[in-house]
Amino acid sequence: MNLRKDLKIIADMISENSRVLDIGCGDGELLYYLGKFKEVDGRGIEISHNGLNKCLQSGLSVVQGDIVAGLDYPKKSFDFVILSQTIQTIHSPKAALIEMLRVGKMAIVSFPNFGHWLVRLSFLSRGSMPVTKSLPYKWHNTPNIHLCTIQDFVDLCKNLKISIDQIYILGELNKFYKKELPLGFSNLFGKQAVFLLSK
Amino acid sequence: MNRKRKIKNIDSSTRSPVIRFDRLPCKFLELKDKHSLNLDCGVNLRNFRIAYKCYGKLNKNKTNAILVCHALTGDQFVSGTHPITGKKGWWDILVGPGKPLDTKKFFIICSNILGGCMGSTGPMDVNPKTKKLYGLHFPVITVGDMVNAQKLLIDHLGIEKLFCVIGGSLGGMQVLQWACSYPEKVFSAIAIATAAKHSAQNISFHEIGRRSIMTDPNWNSGKYFTKELIPSRGLSVARMIAHITYLSEEGLHAKFGRNLQDKKKITYGFGADFQVESYLRHQGKTFVERFDANSYLYITRAMDYFDLGKKYRGVLSNAFRGTKTRFCIISFSSDWLFPTSESLALVKALNSVNANVSFSAIETDKGHDSFLLNVPEFFRVVRNYLQGISRFI
Repeated sequence: MNLRKDLKIIADMISENSRVLDIGCGDGELLYYLGKFKEVDGRGIEISHNGLNKCLQSGLSVVQGDIVAGLDYPKKSFDFVILSQTIQTIHSPKAALIEMLRVGKMAIVSFPNFGHWLVRLSFLSRGSMPVTKSLPYKWHNTPNIHLCTIQDFVDLCKNLKISIDQIYILGELNKFYKKELPLGFSNLFGKQAVFLLSK
Repeated sequence: MNRKRKIKNIDSSTRSPVIRFDRLPCKFLELKDKHSLNLDCGVNLRNFRIAYKCYGKLNKNKTNAILVCHALTGDQFVSGTHPITGKKGWWDILVGPGKPLDTKKFFIICSNILGGCMGSTGPMDVNPKTKKLYGLHFPVITVGDMVNAQKLLIDHLGIEKLFCVIGGSLGGMQVLQWACSYPEKVFSAIAIATAAKHSAQNISFHEIGRRSIMTDPNWNSGKYFTKELIPSRGLSVARMIAHITYLSEEGLHAKFGRNLQDKKKITYGFGADFQVESYLRHQGKTFVERFDANSYLYITRAMDYFDLGKKYRGVLSNAFRGTKTRFCIISFSSDWLFPTSESLALVKALNSVNANVSFSAIETDKGHDSFLLNVPEFFRVVRNYLQGISRFI
């Protein structure tokens, strides 16, 4: 089963037999993989009808909705709460992170890096909003309303006293590599990042 | 038990056909003394009957049975032609070969609820002790009692575990009650347009309907049948009120607006000037032809009394603690009778006990009645859900 690159990194972070919540789970690809290969007890949240129905077809337990109203689960009821490639689309990323770590013992967040050199070059050279492989939308029809750089995210975690346990960066060779703080050049050359967090 | 009785209305303004229950094209399970039911009200109900109908075929291991729970005015004639109305069964749109509740794959069971008037024992049955019709001497039944009676049927059919229990509105209440009372017998539960308890507003609407029936000149303290009459005016008004709660303002507007019925201008009178008035009067009239007034009282009462969390000091999640049943909760955006907030409360309670729960809020303008109507997104969710959980059986 060929998982999306960042999902594969996330899947490797998840322990077997754990309880996982995937927020914005799409068609359930990650949850299905985790259930099948790691015997995970998974739950999903997904706002789109198509995504929800694909999840239902796979036998996944998925609630239609978004994270705006908060997560209606008791505290620490999950071992891992995942938010992959979604934090930049939600209204209150800060509140979302806090909620994720209320409901889960660990949080995993992946997102595109707005500090990548191609993005900076787009501003510098054309003076226009960047359209890259990781950020493929035009400014007027993008779901991305809270883009951030990897550095921004590190700063937010520090601000919220969230512990950063692991970082994986998608580099120029289109492969993920593990990174320890400080970020160094990762904020410039990293296309995407995956963070494992706890509080 | 005497099944050969008939209800006849000789009031010339309220003609209705004779319903001979023994001639209904369905099966009957007669439950004698050793299968008496201890009802929630304290009465021990003995010698009663459950009318039911099955569609499809039960597989060898008896693992493909789906119990359909009908709502307030539904019955066991889910699919095909209804023997009384001549119209399609109330869920013909969902149940049948190739439909979401596929009768080529599943064995569909539906029974008339206890207290009903389509063959199961209810207020219009003969009390074996007095040899007279029960009327208001029939004990006040609850949703719990309805489910306990259904359980006897499932045991009789030799089914250890139901693949799914599914229903909307009152049917959804029965689904939740099944999951609560018999969790080991319910593999999955699909609860549609329902709630864990009836709201104050909903109780109010039912009360108006009941008062309408009980203040009808033909009412006679529920013994209208002794004079071969029906409180038809009250019952039809009750139905008209209820019917509005089943629709949405946007749906009514889209269907009727302020259009006049067969008229070019208003009559400055109190006839059915507007199309919507004519429609409601028709709903009331046809309802009286197939539904019993006493049953209406009993069933609306059962809905009002339904409060799943009550036994657990109001903590709904405790009703499902430790459950292994898989749940699918469905609500409709324009349903103001059982709004999405009620379904979300159920989802929250189920999440609190780590139950496997899926939830979908379907966008539609068809109101509470959406679960009975052509709403493709709803069919899609039911079909996909059943397909998905089949891999766990």
